[in-house]
Amino acid sequence: MPNSNTIEVSHNGETEHLAAHTFLASAISRWGYGDKKVAAAINGDFVPRNRYLDTALNDGDMIDIVRPVGGG
Amino acid sequence: MTNDPLTLYGETFNSRFLLGTALYNSPQLMRDAITASGTDMVTLGLRRQNPEDKNGDAIWQYIKDSNTHLLPNTAGCKSVKEAVNTAEMSRELFETDWIKLEVIGDEYNLQPDPFKTLEAAAELIKRGFKVLPYCTDDLILCQRLLDAGCQVLMPWGAPIGTGQGLLNRYALKTLRERLPNTPLIVDAGIGAPSQACEAMEMGFDAVLLNTAVARAQEPALMAGAFASAIDAGRKAYLSGLMLKRQTAAPSTPTIGQPFWHQS
Repeated sequence: MPNSNTIEVSHNGETEHLAAHTFLASAISRWGYGDKKVAAAINGDFVPRNRYLDTALNDGDMIDIVRPVGGG
Repeated sequence: MTNDPLTLYGETFNSRFLLGTALYNSPQLMRDAITASGTDMVTLGLRRQNPEDKNGDAIWQYIKDSNTHLLPNTAGCKSVKEAVNTAEMSRELFETDWIKLEVIGDEYNLQPDPFKTLEAAAELIKRGFKVLPYCTDDLILCQRLLDAGCQVLMPWGAPIGTGQGLLNRYALKTLRERLPNTPLIVDAGIGAPSQACEAMEMGFDAVLLNTAVARAQEPALMAGAFASAIDAGRKAYLSGLMLKRQTAAPSTPTIGQPFWHQS
């Protein structure tokens, strides 16, 4: 359960617990994307790549990390 | 037909066949279909995906290797906000400001929502996107999309994935006649090469399809069939089709026919 030192966020619909004040860049790394091509949104709003390092995550944030797929 | 290029937003394309990259049974089948189609532009999308998924990596690698133009889509979006943010993610991910705008209004037939499509198109154009809206064949909607700054329109032939062909020929012909200088691409619902050929014979500038190729037993063979049909339809349109008539008219001269009036 989250406490004052942790936050609860949603990563692509899955609940995750992170240390408070975690930045998006750290979360993406922690979730195993490495150097894969991804794009991100928090609570439905696009976050440009150059903002990953200074975007702090908050409790309750819904984070989408997307990758290329085939499409019609 | 390299002497008859397709021009969209000032860029030229050597093929009038836009191909989707979804629904293939394997990434290799998709790659072979792209090659066989001769396409110059493929559609693709973005989704949440497990980082360990290697299939997604292969699809992306093959698409990159195909050296075709990329047309990311906003498939599945139901609101303007979703569509705009998906487009922004696509622009960063695929390094292109081209976007196939899809804002779906109905789950049953996946019909695009005309009002939200128009609103999203206006916003995306303001943000510098080159918007190719998937839309219904409604003339007034299409005119409003042009007013909003779209330079290409993609009216549906039939609902996505149905293979029903050109369901409303009257509306499609009206679009062609009323918007003679707008590149019009029939998108969705094409199930057979003959249907694609018909769209091209009607004067549409290109055809975009996915399911009919991806779900064929031999996708690459079907992609080649569509390429031939689209090329044939285009040539027929440029040649000028004869008018239909009710009465028969002999093609072989009647003058000089032997046995004339002897029986």
